[in-house]
Amino acid sequence: MSESVVNGSYKLGEVSIDLTVRGSGPALLFLHPEIGIETDAPLIDALAREWQVHVPAHPGFGGSELPRWMSEVDDLAYFYLDYLAAQNIERAVVVGSSFGGWIAAEMAIRSCERISHLVLAGAAGIKVADREHRDFVDMFTVSMAELNALSYEDPMLARRDIRELDEAALTQLHRNREATGLFAWSPYMHHPKLRQRLHRIVAPTLVLWGSNDRIVSADYGRAWCAGIPGAQFDQIANSGHYPHIEQPASFAARVTAFAKA
Amino acid sequence: MRVWHFSEEPYPAAWSANPDNLRVSLPNSNIDPVKAADLYHRYLDEWLLADDLGFDIFANEHHSTPTCMTASVNLILAILARQTRKARLLGLGLPIGIRTDPLRVAEELAMIDVISRGRLEMGFIKGVPYEFSAANRSPVRIMDRFWEAHDLIIKAMSTHDGAFSWEGEYFHYRSVNIWPRPWQQPHPPVWSSVGSMHNVRNMAIRGYTMATFINGWQKSRDLFTEYRKHWALAGHAGPVPLDRFAYLGMVAIASTQAEAERRGQLVRGYLETNATAYDQHKNPPGFWSAGDSARLIKMFGKPHPTMTVTTRDGQKLGPVAQCSIADMVAGGLMFCGTPDQVYEQIVTFADAVGGFGNLLMMGQGGRLGHEDTEDSLKLFGREVLPRLKAYGAQKALEAA
Repeated sequence: MSESVVNGSYKLGEVSIDLTVRGSGPALLFLHPEIGIETDAPLIDALAREWQVHVPAHPGFGGSELPRWMSEVDDLAYFYLDYLAAQNIERAVVVGSSFGGWIAAEMAIRSCERISHLVLAGAAGIKVADREHRDFVDMFTVSMAELNALSYEDPMLARRDIRELDEAALTQLHRNREATGLFAWSPYMHHPKLRQRLHRIVAPTLVLWGSNDRIVSADYGRAWCAGIPGAQFDQIANSGHYPHIEQPASFAARVTAFAKA
Repeated sequence: MRVWHFSEEPYPAAWSANPDNLRVSLPNSNIDPVKAADLYHRYLDEWLLADDLGFDIFANEHHSTPTCMTASVNLILAILARQTRKARLLGLGLPIGIRTDPLRVAEELAMIDVISRGRLEMGFIKGVPYEFSAANRSPVRIMDRFWEAHDLIIKAMSTHDGAFSWEGEYFHYRSVNIWPRPWQQPHPPVWSSVGSMHNVRNMAIRGYTMATFINGWQKSRDLFTEYRKHWALAGHAGPVPLDRFAYLGMVAIASTQAEAERRGQLVRGYLETNATAYDQHKNPPGFWSAGDSARLIKMFGKPHPTMTVTTRDGQKLGPVAQCSIADMVAGGLMFCGTPDQVYEQIVTFADAVGGFGNLLMMGQGGRLGHEDTEDSLKLFGREVLPRLKAYGAQKALEAA
């Protein structure tokens, strides 16, 4: 498998993705949520003080290619297992937020060989509520303004007007929604069998939740812990669904404390 | 020229239920089944009258909306297959990429074709953004799914030596063997509607009938021209037969111009409600290209964008909601007036856009009531239809 890191672009097999690698230390793979991630996100700097942080844009998200054969989250899970192998990363902390948490869990049920620690932050992926209640707010049927308001505790973030984004940012937003609509449309934001497979996760696991997550509840986070042997549950104050955006320093500190303990 | 009577089977009593949204999530407490039954019977009666008068018949489907009560085009065509005698029956369209089971679609279509003794025309469409929730279909890669469904339906209809298997990307069947097989062989004619250049080539290569809906002079001309280009490139012999082109226009006809304009005001209710939907319903993931999606997002929160009415010589008359009936006629969106006026407007438009053999007539639209619809159909059927048929025959002769 060929590999190269050139100008933030990385090719794994036939698939070229956007990739940011920063810092030095043990490897940490951050798997972004359905809304993608900015390469200048404060989180990356905060983590890079202790870790060599790998932040790819998932195939189909941001500027990453989407190969025609990819259509399910397990394609992404295998892609990132291959990524760890291709980068010769023997042990990595794998951190996933929301949709990225789902990918991280799908990696871990397949193999924890290269995963030293797993952090699931506001992770989607399992089915908890009954059939007449969805666990995860339907990001496709609420308005984008409403989705912002539900996603963040910080009113400044919640009021962000996407109409003011420039063309390039809107294109990325479109790609992120489209890729989410491919991978997570139905069953929505989960795999019906994932919960039965969580016992296979042998890496130490931290489940992190924003203290005021109105996209997916803290009880859903506790259900992850119930399924993963030995998993710990913790919350980050003053945060909605994306604590890595609202409280990046606190998020990074919590991850580091857990993975270096 | 064939003229196809069309109604979306609207339920206007619910149009004021939510000024911001008439799609996807409007509660069905806003529809009274008793009134709906009366309306279904009324619209069916109008199609039956159209059959008697020599029109052909065109129906469509939408979901979860008072703008269109036809939730299944095959159901309404199944009724009409039995109840009508002469009219050809066009379903435009069937969102075959959205449907869960294309084999079931092929079976239903074959039944309609046989019951009607070979009068079915199959319109296969992508669907508008509002339709995906009703079938919980993601719009991402929908045209890939569309073409696989299309290929399966066509093969199911034209295979007569027993079951075949299908293990595709989207559909899996152990045994495809439809009974009955369609009356028309190898299969009923295929149509689709296009609003942009994306799919024109696929229509032209296959020689399918291409319809364009209320798009006015320039866009219609461009689409038909593009079809002609790809028809020739594909190596089809001779010019494109005019029956491969169709135009949907609103029609308001009466014995006086003033009465026709009154009816025109009622029909145009279609345009005023058609795009009334929450922003998020207009932009499901993957339906639009990135560029179109970005443009749409920029317009979110503003009044519903409506098409700009443009005259034959390119003069912009403004958004359709603010245009007079005369403006809409000038824009080629509506044919309105006395029978003589309507005939002249239609042939002038058809000649200008390069000719078409099918007028898809929104003869009932908006709030146009039963008596007005019936009177319009009779007047059009008596005074305009024979002249359009003669015009069409003459054009076909000239083209041959």
